[in-house]
Amino acid sequence: MTALLSIRDVAKQFGKTQVLGNISLDVAEGEFLTILGESGSGKTTLLRIIAGFEQATSGELWMAGQRLDPQPPYRRRVNTVFQNYALFPHLTVADNVGYGPRIAGVSNEELASRTGQALAMVKMTEHANKKPSQISGGQAQRVALARALVNRPKLLLLDEPLSALDANLRRQMQLELKTLQREIGIAFVFVTHDQEEAMVMSDRIALLKDGHLEQVATPREIYARPATTYVAQFIGHTNLLPAIVTRGAARCGALTWRTGVPDGTAIFSLRPENIRPAVGGEGVRFRARVKQQAFHGATELLQVECADGLMLTVRMAGNINPTGDIEFQFSAADAFPVRLSESN
Amino acid sequence: MFSRAYKAAVTVPPLAWVIAFLLVPYLLMFCYSFWTVSSGNIIHHWNLGNYGDLLTKDVYRATLFRSMWIAARVTAFALLLGYPVAYFLSFYAGRRKDLLYQLVIIPLWVSYLVRAYAWKTILGTDGVLNTLLQFTHLTQHPINSLLYSPFAVVLTLTHIYTPFVILPIYASMEHIPRNLVEASHDLGATPRQTFWRIVFPLSVPGMIAGATFAFVLSLGDFLAPLLLGGPSGIMISNVVVSLFGAAYNWPLGAAISLCMLVLVVTLLFLAERLERRWSYT
Repeated sequence: MTALLSIRDVAKQFGKTQVLGNISLDVAEGEFLTILGESGSGKTTLLRIIAGFEQATSGELWMAGQRLDPQPPYRRRVNTVFQNYALFPHLTVADNVGYGPRIAGVSNEELASRTGQALAMVKMTEHANKKPSQISGGQAQRVALARALVNRPKLLLLDEPLSALDANLRRQMQLELKTLQREIGIAFVFVTHDQEEAMVMSDRIALLKDGHLEQVATPREIYARPATTYVAQFIGHTNLLPAIVTRGAARCGALTWRTGVPDGTAIFSLRPENIRPAVGGEGVRFRARVKQQAFHGATELLQVECADGLMLTVRMAGNINPTGDIEFQFSAADAFPVRLSESN
Repeated sequence: MFSRAYKAAVTVPPLAWVIAFLLVPYLLMFCYSFWTVSSGNIIHHWNLGNYGDLLTKDVYRATLFRSMWIAARVTAFALLLGYPVAYFLSFYAGRRKDLLYQLVIIPLWVSYLVRAYAWKTILGTDGVLNTLLQFTHLTQHPINSLLYSPFAVVLTLTHIYTPFVILPIYASMEHIPRNLVEASHDLGATPRQTFWRIVFPLSVPGMIAGATFAFVLSLGDFLAPLLLGGPSGIMISNVVVSLFGAAYNWPLGAAISLCMLVLVVTLLFLAERLERRWSYT
C-alpha cells in the first residue's frame, strides 16, 4: 500500500485552544478513508488543513513525495466538496462544473467535453443551463461533486456532503458515492459525524476524539476490535464490563469468563448481539430479567438485569418477544478488552 | 383587532401630511410648469412654452449636460475610491473591521456645509494647498483655477458622497459566503482570478446601488456649485433656485424641476431593475 497523502504529526491551535494534537495518518491511493468524530472533535479542521484553507501549527503534509503544506490551496492537486456545496450562485450548473478546467486554461473543445462528461457522470446533463438556485439539494450535491472531480484530483475531500439531505436520499447517495469512488479510483477523504454512514462507505475509518485519533481501522475491525471504551460506545451499541482479572479469569459481578488479559483490572466490550438466549454448548451462562424492550423491526434491543443488579443490553431477533426471567449465554471470546479512553 | 376609529386615527395624520406637503406642492408645480410669466405676473394660460425653452435654449441644455457630466465624474471617482475601501473592509480588515467601518460613517455626522467650506479653505487663492505649493517652491504664484471650477465641485462632491458608495458595496460583499472564495481557490483560481470571477460579479448589486446614490445626489446638488463652482461650475439646481428667486420665473423653474424629477425616478427604476438582475446572494 503506497501512501498518497501522509499526515505527519500535525497539530493545530486556535489561540490557546488545542484543536488537533499530533495527528499522523496515511491515505492510500484509491482508498475511501472516513474521518469520523463528534462535532468539535477537529475533523473539519483536519480536512481544511489538507485542503490548504488552514495552516497547521506544527507538523507536515506530504503528497506523492513532495511537501504539500507550504503550497497555497490553488496549487494543490486536491479538491473539496463543501458541506453546503458552495456552488457559485451567478454561474450556471455547467459553468460551475467548468470552473476548474477554464481556470486551468484548457481549450474550448476540451472544456466542453470534460464538463459534459462530468455532468453525465452525476446525471445532471439536462440541468446544465440552470442556476444553482433552481436545483434541489440533492442535485446541488451532485453538481458540487462533478465540479470537484472534473479537475481529476489525486485526492477528493468531502466535508459532511450528505448532512443536508433527508434520510432516504442520504442512504441512496451513500451507495452512489461509494460506487462512483470505486469506478474512478480516486482516493476520498470523507468527513462525517454519522458512524453508520462511515461504516457503510469506508475502506478505513479514522475515529477522532478531542483532536486525537482513537483508532484507525477497517469498519469490520473497528467494530469487532474497538481499541478504547470510546470507540466501542461510539461505533454501534455495546456493554462495557469493568472486570477484575485473576489468573486468566475475568469477573464482573456474577459473570466469570476466561481471558488472556494479564491480572489486574480491565474493561471488556461485549456487543449486545453476542448475548443470546442459552441453547446449550460452550459459553458463559447467566440468568437475567427483561426490564425493557425496544422494537426495531428486524431486531429488538432488551435491557436486562442480572441477579446482582448489573444491567446489560441484549440484541435479539425481532420476532421473539421475550419476557420475564431468561437464561442467556455469551462466548468468552466475544468479551473484548478495551482501553479506557481519556476523560471518558 | 383594532377598531376602525383607532386605525383611522393612526393612518389619517401621516397621510394628510404627505398629501398637504408633498402631493399638493407637486401638483402645484405641475400646474405652474404649463403657465407663463409676463412683466412680473404669472399668467394662468396653459401652454408647453417652458418645455420648449428647455429643449431649445442652450443655457438650460448646457447646464443640464454639465450637471450630468459632473455627476457622472463624481460617480466614477467615488466608485474608484470606494470599491477598494469596501473590499478591504469586508475581506481583509479582520479585527479592525468595526473600527474602520466607524471611520467611514463618522464623516457623515459632520455637516455637509462644513465639509464644503473646508474645501473652500483648502482650494482658495490663499488656501492651504496654494500656501503649501508656494512654500515648497513647486509654484511661484498661487493657482487660481483650483477654486470656483467644475474641478472643485467634482472634488467636493466625491469627498462627500464616497461613503454612500462604500456602504452598499460593503453590504453586498458581506453577503458573499466566504466558502465561495475557498471553493474558487480549491478549484485552482489564484486570489486575483477569484476576485474577478467571483467577488466582483457578486458585488455588482452594491456597486449599482452606490453609483445610483452618488449620481442622483450629486446631480441635484446645489450647495457645492454655489460655494465652490463659480460661473463655470453652475449646476441645474442653481438655475432652478435663481428662477424661483431673483429671476422670478416660477413656471420655467417648475418645468425644469419636473424634468429632473422624471429623470431621477427613471434612473432609480432602471437601477432597481439592474440590481435585481445581478442579485444572487
